[in-house]
Parts: sequence; structure tokens; C-alpha cells
Amino acid sequence: MTIRTPTPRGPVRSAPARSAPDALVVPPGEITTGHARGAPLRREGPAKLTGVAKYADDLVFPGAWYGGTVRSTEAHARLDAIELDPGFDWSGVVVVSAADIPGDNVVSLISDDQPVLVPVGGEIRHHAEPVALLAAPDRGMLREARQRLTLRTTPLPAVFDPLQSGEVFAHFDIRRGDVEAALAGAELVVEGIYRVGHQEQLYIENQAMIAVPRDDGGVAVHGSLQCPYYIHKALKRALLLDDRRARVVQTETGGGFGGKEEYPSMIALHAALLALKCKRPVRMIYERHEDIAATTKRHPAIVTYRSGVDREGHLIAQDIEVVMDGGAYTTLTPVVLSRGTLHAGGPYACENVRIRSRAVATNTPPNGAFRGFGAPQVEFAAEMQVNRIAEVLKVSPLELRRRWVYQRGDVTPTGQVLRESVAGEEVLLRATEAAEYERVRERTAGARARRGADGSGREGGDRTASGIGLALGWHGAGFTGSGEVHLASIASVELTADGRIAVLTASTEMGQGTKTIFPQLAAAELGVPVEDVDIAPQDTGIVPDSGPTVASRTAMVVGGLVIKACRRLREEVEARTGRPFAEAYRDDARDHGPTRVDQQFEPYPGVQFDDATYSGDAYPAFGWAACVAEVDVDLDTGEVAVRNVVAADDVGRVIHPVLAEGQVEGGTLQAIGYATIEEIKLEDGRYLNDRLATYLIPTALDAPRITSILVEAPFSGAPHGAKGVGELPMDVGAPAVVDAIHDATGVWIHDLPASPERILAALGATGPTSSSSAGRSRSDKDVEGAVDAAMDAPIEVGTDPLPTERTDAQPFRAPTDR
Amino acid sequence: MLVNGDAVEVDVPGMRRLLDVLREDLGLSGTKEGCGEGECGACSVLLDGELVDACLVPICQVDGHVVRTVEGLAGRAVDGQPDLSQLDVVQSAFLETGGAQCGICTPGMLMAAHAFLASGADPTDEAIREAIAGNLCRCTGYTKIVDAIVLAAHSASQPPVE
Repeated sequence: MTIRTPTPRGPVRSAPARSAPDALVVPPGEITTGHARGAPLRREGPAKLTGVAKYADDLVFPGAWYGGTVRSTEAHARLDAIELDPGFDWSGVVVVSAADIPGDNVVSLISDDQPVLVPVGGEIRHHAEPVALLAAPDRGMLREARQRLTLRTTPLPAVFDPLQSGEVFAHFDIRRGDVEAALAGAELVVEGIYRVGHQEQLYIENQAMIAVPRDDGGVAVHGSLQCPYYIHKALKRALLLDDRRARVVQTETGGGFGGKEEYPSMIALHAALLALKCKRPVRMIYERHEDIAATTKRHPAIVTYRSGVDREGHLIAQDIEVVMDGGAYTTLTPVVLSRGTLHAGGPYACENVRIRSRAVATNTPPNGAFRGFGAPQVEFAAEMQVNRIAEVLKVSPLELRRRWVYQRGDVTPTGQVLRESVAGEEVLLRATEAAEYERVRERTAGARARRGADGSGREGGDRTASGIGLALGWHGAGFTGSGEVHLASIASVELTADGRIAVLTASTEMGQGTKTIFPQLAAAELGVPVEDVDIAPQDTGIVPDSGPTVASRTAMVVGGLVIKACRRLREEVEARTGRPFAEAYRDDARDHGPTRVDQQFEPYPGVQFDDATYSGDAYPAFGWAACVAEVDVDLDTGEVAVRNVVAADDVGRVIHPVLAEGQVEGGTLQAIGYATIEEIKLEDGRYLNDRLATYLIPTALDAPRITSILVEAPFSGAPHGAKGVGELPMDVGAPAVVDAIHDATGVWIHDLPASPERILAALGATGPTSSSSAGRSRSDKDVEGAVDAAMDAPIEVGTDPLPTERTDAQPFRAPTDR
Repeated sequence: MLVNGDAVEVDVPGMRRLLDVLREDLGLSGTKEGCGEGECGACSVLLDGELVDACLVPICQVDGHVVRTVEGLAGRAVDGQPDLSQLDVVQSAFLETGGAQCGICTPGMLMAAHAFLASGADPTDEAIREAIAGNLCRCTGYTKIVDAIVLAAHSASQPPVE
């Protein structure tokens, strides 16, 4: 183990009743000068800070034309014709339609259902679907040409409600134990329906791709992207190119968050088709409006949840149904649904679990990858259930989680035994301690009680109510199931002829720090200065296929391959020279020439998953996250201000504390946006708020002070123990905020975002400061009725160790006919 | 007009956006476009010391005025380009604290930070957040950007130790 952790290890917590892994806490908010707390400074930082870094739109290709996309204005229609105005001079413009596609008219991904362009006679399946392409020498002519092109269509009936859709992209059914029997025997059954909407990734750099024709008839695309080899594959398929004639080069990338995982394949194909037809470079740079209107979003979901608790307060049953809206085409939906299904139970041990899920088609723009990838939707529901059960049981949400959270040796719904790297309780305790969760909760409960049930007791006309909320989550590290085995990623390390070390991977830098941590890992393994390690450009003509830069897999999986490649390189050079690598490598390069090692992924020992039965080790390891949020709610306007957040995230091993904290802080704020203000409104399948003036994300004033605590429960399968960090914080922020809103106001918001409208509606239904659970105002009365009854009914729960009020009334039985 | 200290003359339509003049006519692509409607602040530059969105400023309003962009912050190398080893105090602070991730908001954020520091305001958390409220960042959660500006204010007010 040669990874340098930059701060001394903190004292080992004495977590009760479990063998806690050693944990390292990096002090939050510490500012030092000169170095990123012992770790190297961001590799490409100076270029970004001086304006020298070249993003796609900064690149100049002499003679390049401007490309544009003609999109559908209907949600579902037959395309009858593409009409060019004969009164316009089309000789100076290039038009591309589906007929110009030499290969298959598909954007290659999981299914072959999404066309590059809708063919005449074909079906338009969503608003803003690409139908034709235009290129012109200047923007003015492009605009003019676009106005002179008309789509003739015949409308078809459209489906917008996922519950009304009969077209299923994917479905899963996971069962463990006997959930019906367990629910029938449960002391308490709490039910809920939770709805979450679209979320836009909103990278600040819009999608951008520039295609340049090659002399050999192929094409090179330069652009803002996460996955060079996804695009490479898509180009080869639709343009009938071989490996060499299709080339993909990543430019500096201004944020991705999943939004540049699959959609760039579409844009690259569009730019390439235009470039090949007009035989010159074509710039396809989206404006914000087009980017929001047309590109993928986080999947909306409806999660129906029934949880059963026994007399001793144990979680004995979870019956979960997940419906995700995939939009018009498959894109990555089956994989998003898979991850959502596997995470739906939350990080809690339960003997009887049934998770049924399906993702369906609607006539809305396709949804796709976004940080968290199906998990934030279901974990919101899972955490809402836990917090609501805690309220019914009159037990602290912290205490309930301590009882239920997975410990080492516990078994997940797929039958996976959690053998190691289990840190749910650790992150829970660290976050709640740092936030002084129980103390603040006492204070907010006191304030709520003083305000009184009708709000008349507002102190000094105080219009705000404060609350604190908690959520706990888990996130499977790397690809799901046997995904990494199928990917068979390769990373390479080369000792170059001039005595330097080159790391060659397709893992992209989009702000998260790939270009900084890979040299760190290589330098540490080889014992050479980090300055001697170079990163090869993410260019399919240069680097091997290391798989996509997604799923928080870069540090864990590809980073692990880099370390293994370095080990082999070191052994080879040491065997040849008989000297330690650090002393010998420069001489060896001079005497022997370059040495390159290609390291392919090898399955993690003991990790097995059966795709057919969906059982076994769904992930090689899980990361664990806890979030405590404090909010102020304006009782008159319903506005929520998130004041303070403490996030504790177990990342396996911290490679670079500043970068890792940056991931936690950024992911947490995206989750807060998801919880409070980020919402897409649709009308007839069209996004209504498709501009930055109307789709709002948090500003610095909306953002709380975020304290990040990094916890290390290493994963033995990775040579450096790292498990990834990017997605963890996204899973827990929203339920923590909604729990805090409840703590402040007494009302539960079941749908995201918890907008002022929803909060006011809930407050109006219950009185502003109701601290009871009565009087929910939602339309799904059957389920809510059951929950209200559960909450109102006297329940009998063992007092040991849960500090609940004991009654001797008849235990409540929830209806089980749903 | 004066751009980063250099006298510059352009012959373009008066309503052409300052952003396009900088990026396309002068080759100063450090200033970014994020939304084109003054919401994101990625194109923030200093116009006579005032923070403006270059996507909302027609070039005719800049005639005879002083513009400062991200390219004007660091020292210059012999080729006239910014010298990556001569970062100014704000750039250094962003690098050290992790205030830049994907980097696309960074040029605008740096200009907002400069405008704030030049105002002489007390660098409290609240004042800094107010000063950068027109500059959206999707990566950092803003915490480390605020840290960077605090550090820059601190560094700027103290002479170098060496």
C-alpha cells in the first residue's frame, strides 16, 4: 500500500457493537497555502484559471461551418416530408436527412431504437427530436435556412403518463423472504407514494462537438464528452467506419454529471454527417435553450413503498414498486432502472423484501444518465419511509437508523453478503455528531411546540420555522453486476524513451480530478515524483478503451488498473536492472527504450453476480453516505433556505482530500437543488422551462455552508482501497432536506421538489405548525388513509431498546390489498 | 478600447456582443458563454472595473472603455499568452483551495472575485456569496470558491513572507 494519505489518521471511533473500519477524517473548511493539503494541485488547474484551457467552442478550425439541428415540434407524429422552400437559395447550405446516413440509422447504445435522424415515413416520438441537419458558413445563413425548412407531419396519439404506458423498456423483480406474510404479521405498516420529477444536469458548458473530415474518408470529432469509446462505437456503426477512421478526441469539458455520457454520441454523429457532406469542419455548439430542451434528464419516478415493523421495532418487510419514465427511447434506461431497483431498499437489513420495478416509454424526450443513476429517486423514497416510521414510533430517526443499518455480514435483497467495507453506521454517527443532530433536534422540537398547533404562538411574529433532517444512503461502487467483467477495461502505463511515465486511459477529466489523481496513484506506486508522470490525451487514436467515465468507477476501477499496471512496470524494470525502479527507470529508458504495460480488468475475487436470476453480488462494494441538513422555512411563502449541511461519505480510501471534498460539496448542492427548486414543467410532452432564466439551480446565496467528512472503509478488491465518491452525496441530500422541512413545519412533502407551492399547500391543509401526522392532503387517499390510520392508531412496540411510548391497545393492521 | 492593458480597435457592427468580440475577433476565448441571456455569469468581465455579463453588452457601449478579462490576470509569457507559473493572488487561491473544478465558470468567477476584492468590502462569507451570486457553478457547491476568495483577501492584505 503506497498511497499517501495527506493527513494523519484520526482517532478510531468506538462505534458500538460492530467492528468499525479505521476512519480518517479530514478537517473541514481548513485553508492552507501552497498545496492542496499535501496532495498535488489540480493538474490542469493553471490552464483553467488563466483562460488558456481549450473547451470545444474555444477551438478554431479554419473554414469551419456552423451546424444546426432541425427538431420536431410535436410529441408523437408521422414524418411525412421535409420541405425546402424553393424561394431560398440552398446552394450555399448543406442539408442532411436520414437518407444521408451510410450505415445503420441508430445511435448505438443498449437498444437500437433511437434513430440518428427520424426518416421520412418514420415516427417522431418526442418533442425536440432531431429530424434534419443544416450547415452554413455563418450563423445568420444557418438561421435563415432553418426558417425555410418545414416538417410536414401527421399527428399521432401521445402518451405522457408513465402509468398509462404499455411499452416497457425494462423490468426487474427481486424477492427475498416472504414479504406478504411479514406484512400481515407486522405491528406497523407504513405506506407511501413518492414522486420525483426530471432534473437537468446543467453543466455550465453546453454540449459541443466539432467534426473534421479526414483524408481517408473518416472523421475526427473533438468535443465535450465523458465517454470517448461510446462515441467511437456510435460513429463506426452509423457511418460505416473502422476503428482507425473514426477518431474521438475529448476537449476540456465543462462539467458532465452524466449529461455527457450518452447524448454526445448523437451530437457527434450529427456533426460528422454534416462534415462529411460539406467536406469541411462543422461546429455543432448547442445554445442553452436547445441543450435544456433536447438533451437527457434524470428519470422521473413513482415509488410506492410499504414497510413493516415488528413489535420490537425491527424492520421486517419492504414491499417496493418503482415506475420510471424512460421517455421516448431506451438510452440507458434499463441500467438506470437496475441500479434504482438494487438501491430501493436503502442501506437497511430486512429479511423480507420484494422490489418490483419497470421503466416505460412516454412521448417525452429520452431520459438518461445523471449522477446517482436511478439511486437518488428510490433512496429519497426509502429515507422518507424511515423518517416517517421514526415519527410514528416516536423514536429518533438517528436511533432507528442505528438499529436498522447494514452491518458486516448482513445480506442484501439479492443475497449479497456484505463481507467488508460496511460503513453505514460510521458515516451516520460522524455526520450526526458533527452536526450536533440530537441537540439541534431538541431545540427545533421545542420551538415547534411553542409555536403551537395553529401557529398562533409564533414568537415575535417570527415567520420562519427551523428544522433539522437526516438521511442515510448507500451507493454501489462501479458498474452493476457483471458489468465490469463485460466492459473488460484496459489502462496502460508507459515508461517512455525520454524517461518519463505516461498514463494512458480513456477516463476523462470533467472537473472531478482524473488528471490529478492518476498521476498521484502512479507516482506513489512507482516511487517517482508526480511531476514525472504525464497523462495521455483522451483521444481514441492514442489511449485504450478504459470504459466510460461514469458510475463513480474512475478512481476505483480504472485507478486500480493504473496501479496494477505500474506494479508490473516496476517489476519488469527492476528485474531487468536489478535496482529499485525509482533509481533505475531513467537509465532503463535510455538503455532499453520505452516499456509499456497494458492492464486489463480482472474480476474482483469472490464477487459473483447472476444476470439471469438477478442474484449475488450486485456490486463489488458499496460506498456509504449520511447527510444532516438544517433549514429555515418561511411559513408565509413556503420558501426553504438550507442553512447548514454536514455530509459524511465513505469513499474507501481518500486519494486527494480537496478533490474528494469537492465532489461531496458539489453533489450535495445538486441534491439540494433537486430537493428544493429544480423542476421541469411539461405541457404536451414539451419542457416549458427550457431556459436558464426559468430552470433554476442554486446560486451561492442558495447554497448552505457544507461541511464534508471523509470516511475510509477500504475495499480490499481495489489495490488502493478506493470505492469512488462522485455519486454518493447525490443520494442523501434530498431526503435530508425534506426531513428538515418536516421537522420545521410538521408536514411531509412526498414529491420533489419540495417547492414553496407544495409546502404552502401542505401547510394550508394542516395548519402551519402541526407537529402531528394528521390531515395529509394528497390525492392518493387510499394509501395515505392507511398511513394516517397507522399514525393515529395506538401501536404497540417493545420499549427495549426503542424509547417509544407503550400502549396496550390492539395492534394496528394495515390493509394489505394493495 | 483598452483590453487587458492593450489598446484595441475593432471594426464590427455596434450591436455585436462584447462576448463575441472578445472570443472571436480578439481570440480571447478565456471568457465563456453559458447561457447567452445574463443568467449564468460565465462571461463575466470587468468593464471600467464593474462586473458585467459580456453577453449582454453591445460593443458600441465599450467604445473608449477599459475591459479586463481572465487573460489579463496572470503574468504574461514571452508569446504574450498568460504565464501559467505567474498566477495572481486570486488564481493561486482558487488553485490551492479547489475553487475550480470543471473550470467553465472559473474565468467569470475570478472576475467577480476581483470586483469584490477591489471594492474593499469585508470578506465575510455572506458578502462573498452576495458578490458571486450572479455566477453559477454546478461543480463545487461554492464552498471552496468562498474559501478561495477569503484566502485571496487574506493573502492580498499581507506582504509575502519570503
